[in-house]
Amino acid sequence: MSNKQILVVIGNGMVGQNFLTSLMVSSLKETYEVITFCEESQVAYDRVHLTEFFSGKTAQDLSLVEEDFFEDNNITIHIGDKAVAIDRARKLVTSEKGITIAYDKIVLATGSYPFVPPIPGHKREQCLVYRTIEDLEEITALAKKSKVGAVIGGGLLGLEAAKALKDLGLKTHIVQFAPRLMAVQMDEGGGAMLEKKIEDLGISVHTSKNTKNISEGETCFHKMSFADGGELEADIILFSAGIRPRDELASSSGLALGARGGIQINNQCLTSDPDIFAIGECAIWNGAIFGLVAPGYAMARTVVNVLEGGDAEFTGADMSTKLKLMGVDVASIGDAHARTKDALIYTYQNGADEVYKRLVVSADKKQLLGAVLVGDASGYGTLLQYCLNSIELPENPDSLILPSRSDESVGLGVDALPNSAQICSCHDVTKGKICSAVESGCITIEALKGETKAATGCGGCSALLKSVLNSELEKSGIEVNTDICEHFAHTRQDLYNLVMIEEIKTFDELLEHHGQGRGCEICRQAVGSILASYWNEYVLEKNHLSLQDTNDTFLANMQKDGTYSVVPRMAGGEVTPDGLIAVGQIAKKYQLYTKITGGQRVDLFGARVDQLPPIWKELIDAGFESGHAYGKSLRTVKSCVGSTWCRFGVDDSVGLAVELENRYKGLRAPHKIKFGVSGCTRECAEAQGKDIGIIATEGGWNLYVCGNGGMKPRHADLFATNLDKETLIKYIDRVLIFYVRTAERLQRTSVWMENMEGGLDYLKSVVIEDKLNLSTSLESQMQHVIDTYRCEWKTTIASEEKLKRFRHFINSDKTDENIVFVEERGQIRPADEDERQHFKLVEEA
Amino acid sequence: MTQWIDIGSVDDLQADSGVCALVENTQVAIFYMPKENAVYAVNNYDPFSKVQVLSRGLIGDIKGVPMVASPIYKQHFNLETGECFEDETVCIDTYAVRIENGRVEVSLAE
Ligand code: SRM
Ligand SMILES: Cc1cc2nc3c(=O)[nH]c(=O)nc-3n(C[C@H](O)[C@H](O)[C@H](O)COP(=O)(O)OP(=O)(O)OC[C@H]3O[C@@H](n4cnc5c(N)ncnc54)[C@H](O)[C@@H]3O)c2cc1C
Ligand code: SF4
Ligand code: FES
Repeated sequence: MSNKQILVVIGNGMVGQNFLTSLMVSSLKETYEVITFCEESQVAYDRVHLTEFFSGKTAQDLSLVEEDFFEDNNITIHIGDKAVAIDRARKLVTSEKGITIAYDKIVLATGSYPFVPPIPGHKREQCLVYRTIEDLEEITALAKKSKVGAVIGGGLLGLEAAKALKDLGLKTHIVQFAPRLMAVQMDEGGGAMLEKKIEDLGISVHTSKNTKNISEGETCFHKMSFADGGELEADIILFSAGIRPRDELASSSGLALGARGGIQINNQCLTSDPDIFAIGECAIWNGAIFGLVAPGYAMARTVVNVLEGGDAEFTGADMSTKLKLMGVDVASIGDAHARTKDALIYTYQNGADEVYKRLVVSADKKQLLGAVLVGDASGYGTLLQYCLNSIELPENPDSLILPSRSDESVGLGVDALPNSAQICSCHDVTKGKICSAVESGCITIEALKGETKAATGCGGCSALLKSVLNSELEKSGIEVNTDICEHFAHTRQDLYNLVMIEEIKTFDELLEHHGQGRGCEICRQAVGSILASYWNEYVLEKNHLSLQDTNDTFLANMQKDGTYSVVPRMAGGEVTPDGLIAVGQIAKKYQLYTKITGGQRVDLFGARVDQLPPIWKELIDAGFESGHAYGKSLRTVKSCVGSTWCRFGVDDSVGLAVELENRYKGLRAPHKIKFGVSGCTRECAEAQGKDIGIIATEGGWNLYVCGNGGMKPRHADLFATNLDKETLIKYIDRVLIFYVRTAERLQRTSVWMENMEGGLDYLKSVVIEDKLNLSTSLESQMQHVIDTYRCEWKTTIASEEKLKRFRHFINSDKTDENIVFVEERGQIRPADEDERQHFKLVEEA
Repeated sequence: MTQWIDIGSVDDLQADSGVCALVENTQVAIFYMPKENAVYAVNNYDPFSKVQVLSRGLIGDIKGVPMVASPIYKQHFNLETGECFEDETVCIDTYAVRIENGRVEVSLAE
């Protein structure tokens, strides 16, 4: 029996789980045996990013619990069971399923529930709330048979819920009791601008509407009647009218509650019982509940410290927020409503660009008290730091919100921040902490995230984190070396631009003007790839040959024993019986190991270098061409059978896949590129795991970008919906060439996207809105590549000169006797070392 | 006295790249850098992957030292001494090689 004390954590939501994680890295791990109750059927997940559930994130993706977390830390978790009673006198907790535990300490982390105003009819079917994964599953199912959705409540969450309904294809309304949206965070001007922007997106906003009754509708399932006599019909009603702390358990066990509910806590997060703490949204501190994660995490840290015997205190939290809703930037800082006595207000409004900014400053103009930003929240990080750290404002505070007409930067350099400035509020990471992490060797964002956890919560602080990192690196003289290698003091993107601008056609020319030494396998390949994607000349041209990776030089993939594999293109995975027979006959003739690849085509293994040309000659005669399996280039466009045969198919996915594969074949890129095309949402072609993924819908093609399988799978991002083929192709042309121009060497589109400043929205602005005015250049570059396509194998076998290279020895027709095969499952495979030794002995004997 | 063996014409070499020749039953990788007028010969056997492929590696230099990168697992070998840059315990054989009157000659003797 252990003599550990028993600690019961009630609620495994965001804050409860955060508490457990902090506890397990503290010394308390040894002091307590931990038991936790989790009412929901899933363990803690990221509610903040809940809406991403609709864009394809699974419960698994949203999970906040590392694999085997509970097992590894010996925490007992009761999933799907809730605590129903606390007997404080006997110190017992009882659960719904009948478990009773004698506790030493309890931490209540029961969260909150969505408030549903008691409007007559609010219990009708198809009236839902928006808080759990189960709620979202219900909404998804219902949306399939609905046309119109209404959200009651125009706060932060209401807007998010409205976005979800809109994305599910419903005509969407927001019904707001208050006179403006986000009434808590926005002043009148900001609210009005926000409303305009939301309406521009096709969502109807009804403010100052008091819903009096919900009854059976005539054209839709429900009819809502308003106090002003108006009416609105909708099939789904989502309530998002605020949250209420879940204090029922605390209440029934006699703990002190706030006047309007909530479990009363002091600065140590202790309730009225010295053995019971409460943290997160269920707690009320100084009369306030905190509906954000960051304050909850701060409470969790406080409790860990208090249990350790420390003197940490929870002293309130900053409720500033920044969010992007349907592409609209909105932010609110501090005293947005100018409630401070004598506060001064500056506003900037630009009707044309739909930007609204408001600053609230102290009477002496020295301190920033609050701010509201709509339409452009780029100044959020700077303003927040002014506000939180009481940094003295510049002489004309309005310079902070006026657009800069000169190059002069008005931003607050991160250097001006004190070390105590909090950079990441979710995980309470200060500038000082980040600086010391940088000093100890974390010199990339990824490393910093791992070490300090900064930017791994809501993500709102990422830009600031990056500035701190860059400034620290600069100061300590650690140059972030982005040179491609010792021969070129340039990034791949620089080299690409040099090639484009100076019209450089060969490696030697580039080396002579911009490099040094003789090059190496890194710069040779990178430049080879750049030249190939820009000029698209034959890669085995004399000038280019020495730049190719071994695979490209022999137009085949070298295997572990020095032999090669042969992959003919089968666009879209389509192949005629005659084609298949021809491939089979050739494989048989040359005794090649034959396998279906993961890319829907056939791979023939075990060809000696000297066999490659005759094999390819036969394949070309049979109508095949190079599959570029060796190149950093388009590999395959995987397809599902689609509407031609499949009973669910909405469009011809095979036809499109074949067309796209033929369009982009041969395109050399920083890394390989894979496509998938599915004929309907069942997604049999796994398009959302590809660099470019396309799914047919009733309204047209949906385009996904930057997915990846492989080592670190990444779900592709939905880029544009309901496209006709012409637009689809235009967008793909632009995305691909933009990738070719700007990615680092050997960077797949997924990593490229992860590292892109501005991310998906930026890419959309370049490709769809043509913000950089590049579309013509991107498209014509792609057209050049398409127009100059050649089958490299066809060119090669036509040249006596080139064929000379495909002999193992320049001075003998002998072949490499080091290559030895043995048989397995009816086909050849390379002999292993022992087998090779044996073979030699037999031959010599 | 060095015994030179003729393995072919300069035209059989590949500029800034490698080829393989069979010299008295030994596979020899020969690399040619016409700009420096340099030619190097090493054993074709890659001790890491245990296959005869070094002639198919990319060449260049590391801090001025001419090298070849193995096409299989990418270790680098000094073309002058045969030493492996990544693992000092590994060294491949190097051979004397020269270009005389447009002919390429190799000597296997020490
Ligand atoms: C042949 C094949 C395996 C098979 O028998 O099925 C294969 C074989 C190789 N893959 Fe692959 N991959 C094959 C499909 C895949 C797939 C599946 C797919 O395409 O749907 C994936 C995951 C999807 C993806 O790429 O996102 C895949 C992810 C990788 C990766 C990891 C890439 C990443 O971003 O994490 C590598 C390593 C790399 O490229 O750096 C890799 C590298 C390789 C290499 C080049 C390894 C090497 O250096 O020798 C293999 C070359 C074999 C050859 O000579 O052809 N292979 N590889 C498949 C060829 C498909 C084709 O028809 O062209
Ligand atoms: C759609 C949405 C978007 C949001 N966006 C943001 C945002 O952008 N930024 C931000 O800071 N915050 C955001 N929030 C708020 C944030 O999710 C909450 O602040 C956070 O989840 C609070 O954590 P918690 O642990 O206190 O409560 P919860 O995460 O709700 O966890 C409480 C858990 O306890 C369980 N429970 C309750 N009673 C019992 C019992 N008796 N026994 C066992 N289990 C029990 C509940 O079932 C629940 O699983 C958002 C919330 C939603 C719903
Ligand atoms: S998974 Fe690994 S072993 Fe299998 S084919 Fe791909 S790279 Fe080769
Ligand atoms: S502030 Fe939320 S992740 Fe840093």
